[in-house]
Amino acid sequence: MSLEMAFDLFLAASLLWSGWRALSAPDLDCALTLFITFGLLMVLAWARLTAPDIALAEAAIGAGLTGALLLDAYGVLRAGKVGGQAGKFTRLTVVLAAVSLVLILIPALADLAPPALDMRPLVEANLQDSGVTHPVTAVLLNYRGYDTLLEVGVLLLALVALLAARGTESGMVSVPRPSPDPLLAMLGRVAVPVMVVVAVYLLWAGAFRPGGAFQAAAVLAAAAVLLHLTGLRPGWRQPGAGLRWGLAGGFFLFLGVGVILLLVEGELLRFPPDYAGLLILLVESGLTLSLGLILAGLFLFLSHDNRGA
Amino acid sequence: MIEPVSTILLCVGGFFYFAGTLGLLRFPDVYNRLHALAKADNLGLGCILLGLAIQEQTLAEALKLLLIWPLALAASASVSYAIARRADVLGIKPWRDGGGE
Repeated sequence: MSLEMAFDLFLAASLLWSGWRALSAPDLDCALTLFITFGLLMVLAWARLTAPDIALAEAAIGAGLTGALLLDAYGVLRAGKVGGQAGKFTRLTVVLAAVSLVLILIPALADLAPPALDMRPLVEANLQDSGVTHPVTAVLLNYRGYDTLLEVGVLLLALVALLAARGTESGMVSVPRPSPDPLLAMLGRVAVPVMVVVAVYLLWAGAFRPGGAFQAAAVLAAAAVLLHLTGLRPGWRQPGAGLRWGLAGGFFLFLGVGVILLLVEGELLRFPPDYAGLLILLVESGLTLSLGLILAGLFLFLSHDNRGA
Repeated sequence: MIEPVSTILLCVGGFFYFAGTLGLLRFPDVYNRLHALAKADNLGLGCILLGLAIQEQTLAEALKLLLIWPLALAASASVSYAIARRADVLGIKPWRDGGGE
């Protein structure tokens, strides 16, 4: 058994173990920590599968942002004593449903027909017309830009739904934040500029290597969350006009480019090869800013300064 | 010349990680464990990054690897501080020898 094989087996075992421990942990605190650990192990697994694009997204969104959101939700739960342990019957039903789903999925996975169409040669052959040299970005922004446009729309809708469900919170009083802790504020001041540089780098690198708008946006969002958690910036209340435009701008820019291409080229999001690179960079820049704001908003609109640390 | 130096640095780094993990598992309270983790792992990371950097072909790649170190140092110091302060706020008393559990 080679060393790499041993590492992969160890990684797979660790994934299963941390997943199981996260589910069976006695308290939510422990379960959340284990869930974040599971996410980080998942990053390693994606890296081992030579899928650095997914590894980057998983690290930033899966382990980082989702972990922060869950911890934040746990803080609210603990403060308000909401919910509680599910009944025995409910738990049994959930376990039975999960087991049946797994039992159905395993044979289905074994039964998968070979893909009718191998897309890889097509992707490679048309890469020079796509405007970028990294196949993942070419697929996301050019070949199936329609899907990506809808994905961005879904994220925007999720944030709008969150704002609607959150209500107007007229009863919420704005309390001045305690002065930020000097050491943590220092971390924020050092780390955030570096994170902004990393985000711009990821956006630029997306054209020819792993990276792109989603990863860059996740890093931007993480920087915003860090600014909030280190006490440098307050959470968001109601989105003003500027923030609204920022949140929706990426989607509208993408849609606008699509509509113009529909009028000029006769098809939604068919990029002319000469301008494809430029248009993709334009769309990705808009998406980075908007997605960053949306992802940060998922955290910052829910964070209340007056909840008590 | 580079190969053996790199190997030694990687092994030393691995040893510091081992020592830090041992401290995490065996030390009596949260402050001691943080101390073990932050100190030993930061030194271990430095050794491993240096060991990898001197194997790199280009200076840019080596510097990129070395750039990880100050970032990790800043993050680990701040996070350790935040955890220790939280533990202090929660009223966890530092462990004293002979004071029992």
